[in-house]
Amino acid sequence: MGRPSEPPVTNGPAAVAVPTLPQALDSARAGGTPIALRNDCPQRDQPDQRDQRDQADQRDQADQRDQRDQRPGPYQAYLWALPPVVVLSLVFLYPLALVVQQSFQPDSGGTSAQAYGDVFASAAFREALGTTVWLASGSTVGCLVLGFVLALVIAFVPFPGGKAVAKFIDVFLSFPSFLITLALLFIYGTVGMANGLWTDATGAAEGPFQFLTTPWGVLLAEVTYFTPFVMRPLLAAFSQIDTAQLEVASSLGARPARIVRQVILPEALPALAAGGSLVLVLCLNEFGIVLFTGAKGVTTLPMLVYSKAILESDYRGACVVAVVNVLISVGLYVLYRVVSRRVGA
Amino acid sequence: MLVHSRKGKWATWAVFFVLFLPLFALPLLVVLAASFATNWSSAFPSGFTTGHYTAATRGESLQALTTSLVTAVTASLLALLVGTWAALAAHALGKRGRRVLDALFMLPVAVPSVVVGLAVLVAFSKPPMLLNGTRWIVILAHTVLVTAFAHQSVSAAIVRLDPAYAQAAASLGARPSYVLWRVRLPLLLPSLTAAAGLCFALSMGELSATMMLYPPDWTPLPVQIYAATDRGALFTGSALAVVLMTATVVVLFVVSRIRTKATYR
Repeated sequence: MGRPSEPPVTNGPAAVAVPTLPQALDSARAGGTPIALRNDCPQRDQPDQRDQRDQADQRDQADQRDQRDQRPGPYQAYLWALPPVVVLSLVFLYPLALVVQQSFQPDSGGTSAQAYGDVFASAAFREALGTTVWLASGSTVGCLVLGFVLALVIAFVPFPGGKAVAKFIDVFLSFPSFLITLALLFIYGTVGMANGLWTDATGAAEGPFQFLTTPWGVLLAEVTYFTPFVMRPLLAAFSQIDTAQLEVASSLGARPARIVRQVILPEALPALAAGGSLVLVLCLNEFGIVLFTGAKGVTTLPMLVYSKAILESDYRGACVVAVVNVLISVGLYVLYRVVSRRVGA
Repeated sequence: MLVHSRKGKWATWAVFFVLFLPLFALPLLVVLAASFATNWSSAFPSGFTTGHYTAATRGESLQALTTSLVTAVTASLLALLVGTWAALAAHALGKRGRRVLDALFMLPVAVPSVVVGLAVLVAFSKPPMLLNGTRWIVILAHTVLVTAFAHQSVSAAIVRLDPAYAQAAASLGARPSYVLWRVRLPLLLPSLTAAAGLCFALSMGELSATMMLYPPDWTPLPVQIYAATDRGALFTGSALAVVLMTATVVVLFVVSRIRTKATYR
């Protein structure tokens, strides 16, 4: 993903392309590898093309040269890598390991997976798991469709102010997610805007919009908040498509729907795949939106972790749910990194 | 380009704005409007007041704002230090080492932040590292959550860096530390400030891990907003949310000014 529209590297300090905040955000959440890979290539590939000597040998030389540029010996390099790794282990990996350990430790001592049995058997957990999965997949599909349509219009049916809209989306990304739920309370809440309009118009006692405290309210909020995460990579991918291709297809008689299906969609697939799986992971982990909805009926896995740990002080149960949640999320995240690397997005 | 007839274009734009405005523009406008209102029981808010802002900028709320700012600044600086160090160290390693280090530092993105909160709570609630109940546990969790983003933005920038500058400096006899301090870090400065802005924005809005950890005397602004809306004070919550958004945007703007100055150098 990242920014395929990256300008070619030139010399001079200004050449260090400066990502804007949302671009950095995007590239960071997306893994940010592609830019790096592309500009790295020429340096490494030149020796191969130069003459017919053994390629492996040349690569070794290039590697050695690389190393000379950076640091002296490999041992020293590992030594330098040690402090941040130690810090990370202390504040993140070790706590995470403790969570796993606690989930296997019953009150009676020893080690057993009994807590897992208890949690898996509880209806609350199974319901939360189901809700989490369908909310996340539903939101992802919604984000993909909506993001694709909106990005399509911005890129291919340009209008004055389109740049401003793209800027607005950037700013949107730097706000916390729960603001959306807060706003939805005013728009679709029991005494909010939509219901107010309805009761004013019809004189009815209450409006028809009562979905906010159901999973649909969470779905709407998640689609709203996460669609920009799909739009950014899509806009970057669209800016790479040669418009001449569209003109040719159109002059050969293809109608817009067919151009979208046969020309634009294939080009956009990598960006869609990468953006979609990122949104899936983020939706699985979303907490603020669900918390602000305040609905008793909507419990997702992160919400269950919170309520077990803080409200019920059942740390063992919380740890079990946390382990399950981490396994799902990290599994999907690994898949996402593999997909986005494979498709070169 | 895709649609050629004038009618078709207008129809497409109409569809676009029918989708875009209610979904993206309306929420922010609504929060802004609600923060100035005393009442919202029909289509539009009524009873203009700035009272919520007076309340939002004093006492507990003001303290929440400073708490958030201090937490975000501290966490961003710490994350920047660790993330940049890790990115520089990873770059000096071989291909495999670099991949392992990158994966390690990106892991907190994939782990739900509630679980990060739980893990930190479990690990730092007992001696020898007793941080529970202090402000440091919140700052620590925020640092863990944003370090991944700092690491990723900086390491993307390091790979784009032209090695010729460092080579030239080294060939002129500069020691590695001097090269790092006077050549590579100044060249990286734009990305460092961008990463700092990113970390700051994320930390300002962080709610999930904070809800698990915050001690009573260290409530950041998002927690305060949640407390307000939870007890039904939606308008106060909106005013606090506007304060939060404004503070974030102002700091991001200031940070981006530093960046543009650095690129001229």
